[in-house]
Amino acid sequence: MTGILFLEQALNGLQFGLMLFLLAAGLTLVFGIMDMINLAHGSLYMVGAYLVAAATTASGSFWIGLGAGIVGAAVFGVLLELTVLRRLYTRDHLSQVLGTFAILLMCNEAVRFIWGSQPVLLSPPDSLAGPVELLSGFYYPAYRLLIIGVGLVVALGLWGLITRTRIGMQLRAGASNREMALAMGVPVRALFTALFGLGAALCAVAGGLLGPLLAVQVGMGESILILAFVVIVIGGIGSVRGALLGALLVGVVDTAGRTLIPLLFGAVLGPAAADNAGPAVASILIYVLMAAVLFFKPRGLFPAHG
Amino acid sequence: MKHTVPFALLRRTFFAAAVSTVLAVPALAADNVKIGLLSTLSGPGAGLGIDIRDGFQLAVKLNGGKLGGLPAEVIVADDQASPDVGRQTADRLVKRDKVDFMTGVVFSNVMLAVGAPTFAAKTFYISANAGPSQYAGAQCNPYFFSASWQNDNQHEAVGKTVADKGFKRVALIAPNYPAGKDALAGFKRFYTGGEIVSESYTPLNLLDYGAELSKLRAAKPDAVYIFLPGGLGINFIKQFVGAGLSKDMTLFGPGFSGDEDVIKAVGNPMLGMFNTSQWAHDLDNAANKKFVAAFEKEYGRLPTLYASQGYDAAQLIGAAVRDSKGKLDDKAAVHKALKAAKFDSVRGSFKFNSNQFPIQDYYLRVITQDSKGRVTNRTLGTVFKNHGDAYAADCKMPGL
Repeated sequence: MTGILFLEQALNGLQFGLMLFLLAAGLTLVFGIMDMINLAHGSLYMVGAYLVAAATTASGSFWIGLGAGIVGAAVFGVLLELTVLRRLYTRDHLSQVLGTFAILLMCNEAVRFIWGSQPVLLSPPDSLAGPVELLSGFYYPAYRLLIIGVGLVVALGLWGLITRTRIGMQLRAGASNREMALAMGVPVRALFTALFGLGAALCAVAGGLLGPLLAVQVGMGESILILAFVVIVIGGIGSVRGALLGALLVGVVDTAGRTLIPLLFGAVLGPAAADNAGPAVASILIYVLMAAVLFFKPRGLFPAHG
Repeated sequence: MKHTVPFALLRRTFFAAAVSTVLAVPALAADNVKIGLLSTLSGPGAGLGIDIRDGFQLAVKLNGGKLGGLPAEVIVADDQASPDVGRQTADRLVKRDKVDFMTGVVFSNVMLAVGAPTFAAKTFYISANAGPSQYAGAQCNPYFFSASWQNDNQHEAVGKTVADKGFKRVALIAPNYPAGKDALAGFKRFYTGGEIVSESYTPLNLLDYGAELSKLRAAKPDAVYIFLPGGLGINFIKQFVGAGLSKDMTLFGPGFSGDEDVIKAVGNPMLGMFNTSQWAHDLDNAANKKFVAAFEKEYGRLPTLYASQGYDAAQLIGAAVRDSKGKLDDKAAVHKALKAAKFDSVRGSFKFNSNQFPIQDYYLRVITQDSKGRVTNRTLGTVFKNHGDAYAADCKMPGL
C-alpha cells in the first residue's frame, strides 16, 4: 500500500514539476540573456489560462480552446515585449522590477474587468475526466497523465531547440555572454521578441493545462511566479537544463512533503500535532532546499554564465 | 506626559456622560435603514458571497426596496476573504457610512476580525453565514445574531448520519482555519461507533488535492467527509472522481459542499452524494416556495443555502425595523425585536437560543436527478429536530 502511495506522489510531483518547468524555462532565458527581471511572467500564465478558458467556452472544445489560447498568449507576449519590455532591458534591476510589477497589476485589473472577479470554470474534456488503471489496483487520473505527457513532450522539444538548432545556439551564446554574442552578430532584438512569444506560449500551455485542475482566477500568476523564481535560482540562472532539474526537484519536494511530513510527524507526535505542523513544515521545505543548494552552489546547479 | 492617563480618563467619563444624555432623549424613527453588506465577492469563495448578496437583495426587491417599512440602502463591499481587508472595510462602514446593521461575511476568520469594530460601534451584526464557536460561547455578544447556523451544526448532522448509516471507517478533510476546526469537532461530536482513520487540515487556499487523495487511497476509509467551501469543494470532488476514489468510498459533505453552486460546476459526478442542511430548495413551506420561485425568476438559477441565509438575514432585519417602529437608535428595542425574530423564515420555524444562534431543524439531502432531469438536491428526512449548539452553555450574554 505504501508503494502505491509513493508512486502516486512521485507522479503528482512529476506533473507539478513539469508545469513549473514550462513557466521557468521562459523566465530563466529572459533573466539569463537580457539580465531582465520579469515579474509579469506570471501574468502571461494567468492571461494564457483565461484565454484558454474563454476559447474553450466559445468553441465548446477543450482542444480548440487550448490551441487558440496558446496562440493568443504568444501574440500577447510579443506585443508586450515590443511595446513595453524592450524599453526596460537597458535599465537597472529596480526599474525592471517596478515596471514589470506595474504590468502585473494592470494585467490583474484588466482580467478582472473583462472576466469578473469570480474564478472562471474550466473542465477537462469528458474523455479524460476519469481514472486510468496503471498497475493492477492502482488508478491514476487520466488528466494528470495527459499533463505529464504534454510536459515531457514540450520539455523534450525545448531541449532539442536549445541544444540542436542554430537559434538555440545563439540563445545559449547570449545567455553565457551577451556582449560577445552581440559582437558575433547574433540578432538579439529579433531573437528576443521571438523568445518572449515562445515563453508566453509555454505559460499558456501550463495555465491551460492546470486550469481544470486548479482554478482560473485573478492573481493565479503570483503564487506560481514565486515558485518559478525558486526553480531558476536552484537550477542556475539562464540554464534550461537547470530549470528542468530545479522544477522537478521543487515539484517532488513540495508534493512529497505534503504527504510524507504529516505521516512522519504522525508517527512521532500523534495525528493532531502532525496535522497542524505538517503542512507548515512542508511549505518551508522548498525554501530549505533552495538555501541548501545555494549554500553549496551559490550560482545554482547548472549556471549558464561561465 | 504623566497627566495623559487621568486626562484620558476624564475625557472618557465626559464622553460617556454626554453619550448617555443623548441616549436618554427618546429615539426618533429613522428615515431609512442602512445596511453594510460585507461579503466575499472575489477569489475562490466568491460564489458564496454573491449568493448571499443576491438573496439579500432579492428580499429587499420583493419588499419594494424597503425593509420593515423603511427605504433600505444596502452598501455592498468585498472583503476578498481577507481578515485585514474585512476589518478595515467594516471600520469604514460603521464609522463613516454609519450603517445600522452589518451582514454578509462568509468566512469565520474574516468574521472574527470584523466583529470587534462592529460591536465596539454598537452596530448589530446579522450573520448570513459565518457562525464561529467563539461568538456562540465565551465571546458571545448581544450585537451578534446568527441568521444561519453555528459552524458545528451542519457537521454534527453529517456525523450523526454517517454513524446511523453504519460506516465504520471515516476520513475527514477540512481547511486549516477556525471554521475547519469547528467543523471536524462538530462531526466527531455525533459520529459514534466507528473509527476515524485520518484527519487532514489543508491550507485554506489549496486547490490541488493530489496529496490528500493519495493519502485517502492508502487509508482505505469507507466514507469520506469533506468540509471544503466553494471552489475548494468543486476542485476536490472533481479530482476525487477523476482519481477513481468514488467507486470505493462514499462521499459526505455539509449542505454547502453539496449545494447548487457546486453541482453546477461539477455536474453528474455529484450524483449520490449525501449532505445535510438547515434548508433545502424543496422544503415545503409557503415562504420558501415564494423565495425559490422568485430567485429562479430573478437570477435564472436555483438558490443555494447561502442565498437562503442572505434572504433570511434581510427578513430578520426587516422584522427588527418594523417591530422597533423604525427607532434604530434605540438599541434595546432593536435587540428585543431581533431576538423575537417575527418573520416567516424560508427554513421553516426557528427561534434564537440564549446565545442568539438559531434552534432549528437539520435535514438530510441527497443529490439526484429531479423530474425535469436536472441534477439537484432532494430532501430525504430530518436528522435533528430543534437542534441548538454545543457552546450556548458557555455564553454569559453581557448587557447591551
